[in-house]
Amino acid sequence: MTTATRLDTETLLWMYQTMLTIRRFEEQARREADAGKLRGMHSAVGQEAVPTGVCVHLRDGDYIFGTHRSHHHCIAKGLDINLMMAELLGKATGTNKGKGGTMHIADINKGMLGANGIVGSNIPVATGAALRAQVEGTDLVSVVFFGDGAANQGVLHESMNLAGIWKLPIIFVCENNRYAQSTPVEYAVAGESVADRAAGYNMPGIAVDGMSVLDVYEVAGEAVRRARAGEGPTLIEALTYRYMGHFGADNPLMYRTEAEEAEFKARDCNEQIKAYLLENGVATEDELEAMDRRALDEVAEATRFANESPFPEPSELMTDVYVSYN
Amino acid sequence: MVAEAAVREISYIQAFNEALTAEMHRDPTVIVMGEDVAGAGGREGFEDAWGGVMRLTKGLYPEFGPSRVRDTPISEAGFIGAGVGAAATGLRPVVELMYVGFYGVCADQITNNAAKMHYMFGGKVKIPLTIFAGTGAGTNSAAQHSETLYSLFVHFPGLKCVVPSDPYTAKGLLISAIRDDDPVIVFNNRQLMGLRPEGHVPEESYEIPIGKARTVIEGSDVTLVGIGYTTYICRLAAADLEAEGYSAEVIDLMSLSPMDDEAILSSVEKTRKVVIVDEDYPRCSMAGDISALVAEQAFDYLDAPPRRVTPPHTSVPYSRPLEALYVPNKDDVVAAAHEVLE
Repeated sequence: MTTATRLDTETLLWMYQTMLTIRRFEEQARREADAGKLRGMHSAVGQEAVPTGVCVHLRDGDYIFGTHRSHHHCIAKGLDINLMMAELLGKATGTNKGKGGTMHIADINKGMLGANGIVGSNIPVATGAALRAQVEGTDLVSVVFFGDGAANQGVLHESMNLAGIWKLPIIFVCENNRYAQSTPVEYAVAGESVADRAAGYNMPGIAVDGMSVLDVYEVAGEAVRRARAGEGPTLIEALTYRYMGHFGADNPLMYRTEAEEAEFKARDCNEQIKAYLLENGVATEDELEAMDRRALDEVAEATRFANESPFPEPSELMTDVYVSYN
Repeated sequence: MVAEAAVREISYIQAFNEALTAEMHRDPTVIVMGEDVAGAGGREGFEDAWGGVMRLTKGLYPEFGPSRVRDTPISEAGFIGAGVGAAATGLRPVVELMYVGFYGVCADQITNNAAKMHYMFGGKVKIPLTIFAGTGAGTNSAAQHSETLYSLFVHFPGLKCVVPSDPYTAKGLLISAIRDDDPVIVFNNRQLMGLRPEGHVPEESYEIPIGKARTVIEGSDVTLVGIGYTTYICRLAAADLEAEGYSAEVIDLMSLSPMDDEAILSSVEKTRKVVIVDEDYPRCSMAGDISALVAEQAFDYLDAPPRRVTPPHTSVPYSRPLEALYVPNKDDVVAAAHEVLE
């Protein structure tokens, strides 16, 4: 870990707690899916450090935009996991009243403007949120998370160009988990890296170890500072790893080796920050254990809440199609 | 003594521009984006060089400045998507898609984001976005710059679609679109923009309710349903029919989603005959949809099957004589009316 300045205890523990909550939430969501309560879901286990190290710098008024794999973004931005789990199960109490599900969780009050199931589709939308922040003269920022697969979508390039010419307060965060479904990044991305693509759009492009929350914290902090100060956009490529298959039922060993998986799991982001906290005397083993129990308890409560919640009324089929329509 | 009210005749382009200007004055959250909407990208000495290829946005840049009036690079997916995001977070963007045929490069942003975010997010996010696009054949512009494509957008729940037919409706419908909390597509026919100004356009702002049709000519023998430019054609046809002794009623739909089913049905119940005139491709079209509506809900009133007047199932030709065969004209409408009248 390269973080030069020691972070305060509160920040460090917030990040660890967030990463534990993400992991426990994803593990439980997988069990709910395996029990047939939702058809499938894109697990973010292994990628906890990326949104955690970014969102720790954000306020409620800042906007984030996600992907089909976005539970970890939502939790890092402070969404209520009870409402998230209810949304996964399609319940009326969910963040989206059960109308969006796992791929579309949103909560505008928390600044989460939606997971999006079309790869890359959210990137221009996030650019528009940054445009609004600029037009209204605020110092709010917009953050868009996308995968290495989306790095090859045209809209990324259109959006980076717009953000570059208008110096918009946006941070493009490429969560490079090495696979677009089964297609390896080294096959699909021409050039050495996604980060290199920033050079064409008048913005810094920084590759960072996405398994190290402290490294992500440092890079994202500078990007957010730049954006708030009106200095323009940044592209961050966080190198991370998806532990599970693409959506759960697929076996990732169809397209990658156990040795590669072991290599990344040996650098597990949650284990790394835990070791750092212990080594630096930020917390004791017992205290960290209690944090994990808290995550488990909260996820258990969210699961109970979701399972006991009602499904939407039939009349909800035709509500929210329009604000008004007659 | 009451003075005779002066008729204020302005062009379609002036009326549209007047609406945009007034709304930008009224509401600081209204912004305008698109290719060449100012022109020259703010280059010193060339500000407002163009004002949009159809001059619909002329004068906005000097009046409202570079923050609210933005020339965009040619990247429709990027800037229409940005319109969606700006709308979701509190602005009322008005974005030009130069020609509707360019929808193909940004369809994802319109149909997957603008149309669906309100529903998908449980009604908690609004998208007050206006997209305006040039439509229509008859200007020697060939297949990619002459399309109409209403039905593509009407197809999607979550989008509203309006079609002005003259300067008065251009102004009122645009104002309503901008003030609406849902995404609205405004289709501007380019032949209408070239017509001599006709009809009164009030100087003050006014709204034309989205979802309501209007009866532009009352009649009793046959209903002619027009959309945008074809309303103009229907009016010409009605004059010819009148000279022959037939009383044609002309319905100007103005709004395609929502559509004023009731206005169509009640007119057909009166006249018992209907001709639907649509400039869009014929298959899976508004004309087909309206024909089905009438057949299902007013069958017992009909003296003749609903008759559609549309272009043939072909791309729009370039060569002028071929193009003239493509676009529905007054004579086509009169001939169709004769079929149902006789």
